[in-house]
Amino acid sequence: MQTAVFFAIAAIAVASALGLIVRRNPIHGALFLVVNLGSVAAIYLMLNAQFLAAAQVIIYAGAIMVLFVFAIMVLIPGKEETGPDPLRPFRLVAIPFGAFLLVEILLMLVVRPAPPREPPGAEGGAEAIGRLLFTDYLFPFELTSVLLLAALVGVLALAKRKA
Amino acid sequence: MTTALAVRDFVAAFVLLNAVIAVVTYVTLLERKFAARMQSRIGPYRVGPHGLLQPIADALKLMMKEDVVPATSDRWVFNLAPLVFLIPCVLIFATIPFAPGLGLADLNIGVLFFLAVSALEIVGLFMAGWGSNNKYALLSAMRAVNQIISYDLPFIFAALIPVVLGGTLRLGGIVEAQRGLWFVAYPLLGQLGFLAYLVAMIAAENRVPFDILEAESELVAGFRVEYSGMKFALIQLAEYAHVIGTSYLGALLFLGGWLGPGPAWLGLIWLSLKALAVFLLVTWVRWSFVRIRVDQILGISWKLLLPATLSLLLVAAAVVAYSGGARGA
Repeated sequence: MQTAVFFAIAAIAVASALGLIVRRNPIHGALFLVVNLGSVAAIYLMLNAQFLAAAQVIIYAGAIMVLFVFAIMVLIPGKEETGPDPLRPFRLVAIPFGAFLLVEILLMLVVRPAPPREPPGAEGGAEAIGRLLFTDYLFPFELTSVLLLAALVGVLALAKRKA
Repeated sequence: MTTALAVRDFVAAFVLLNAVIAVVTYVTLLERKFAARMQSRIGPYRVGPHGLLQPIADALKLMMKEDVVPATSDRWVFNLAPLVFLIPCVLIFATIPFAPGLGLADLNIGVLFFLAVSALEIVGLFMAGWGSNNKYALLSAMRAVNQIISYDLPFIFAALIPVVLGGTLRLGGIVEAQRGLWFVAYPLLGQLGFLAYLVAMIAAENRVPFDILEAESELVAGFRVEYSGMKFALIQLAEYAHVIGTSYLGALLFLGGWLGPGPAWLGLIWLSLKALAVFLLVTWVRWSFVRIRVDQILGISWKLLLPATLSLLLVAAAVVAYSGGARGA
């Protein structure tokens, strides 16, 4: 039962990821991204990581909407395609990165790292994550918040200059 | 999970879904009657005694109407949008406990589940606006994104105040933590939190005075202008379901949920009365105020509501810290 559900969700995730890449219409791409992120959230749910699933949906729902707005404001609305890519040579960079990722995945399959110390219990909710964030992972957590703050200030500075 | 359990869950979900749709149908009549009274009218009166059959007549009419799909629309997106809009709006009821033990699933992340699912509503709305391939609908969708991104944060922070006070994300636990003193009765903190919740709720529902995305005078009917027949009905249903769901959440978070005098089985009635009170308050605002401008709406959110809810959350945390732990924990 569990495995069947997992494979169904995984199939949806892969199919929607493919749709995201293949579709030339940016809005359709963004909609496929919604499906993809939702199926990843469903996989989190199956792993009992309920908090993570909810946070994923809340955060990415907002992020997707911003993407929609960009798609409309930056690209020409109503037009099917986004036109020729001005930075075409940059696509070559994707090859080494893709190869690197592939090697990583193959390594994971070959090495099969040990499962995490504690399998997430039934209470894979907010308490467990909060405790981890404020004890074991406090430094990366604070580092991330500083990074986000820097991005925020940067955006403000850029927006101010234009006005 | 055994088959019997699965069947029971399925039946429960089916019953709840139909109950929600029935309630929502009649809530439209209630709102029309309420609005009519506010404007010294009588409201729907002809169909059935006191117009009680009006919602059914409306539903039949909408079902029999022609379903028009604009020739230049983005067909898939246009046709899927009402469904994508409806599902989150109905799904929010899955986590609401209507009385102790009466509810589909009192999740241990109940509040977060509610917020996450209702955040998805905007995707359907945007699909409707984009898929129609209509200038008014697209403008409306852009405004909707603007407004919903701005009001999601105050809404979440306002809903987190009772979570901090109650020390749990489980809606049932939050209600139990209010035994003796509802969170809305906390001096200053409770009232301001509830007020912020109400304002953010009205904005999230896109109701007057925050209804710039369906402003009749400029955008005709906004994102739903191209929809007709059953698809239009689904969108209306979803909107009302979301309002009712958020009213229930407000009653659970701030007004003590099912707590009230009398035996325990009155819990469902108490909760529904409180949710109804929240709904009528919102409706009252809707029919009393005028629409405000886009920049004013965004200003209220970012300059007033967001800092206010953040500081209220800090105060709530301080109260919990100095009074020695949350009430529910």
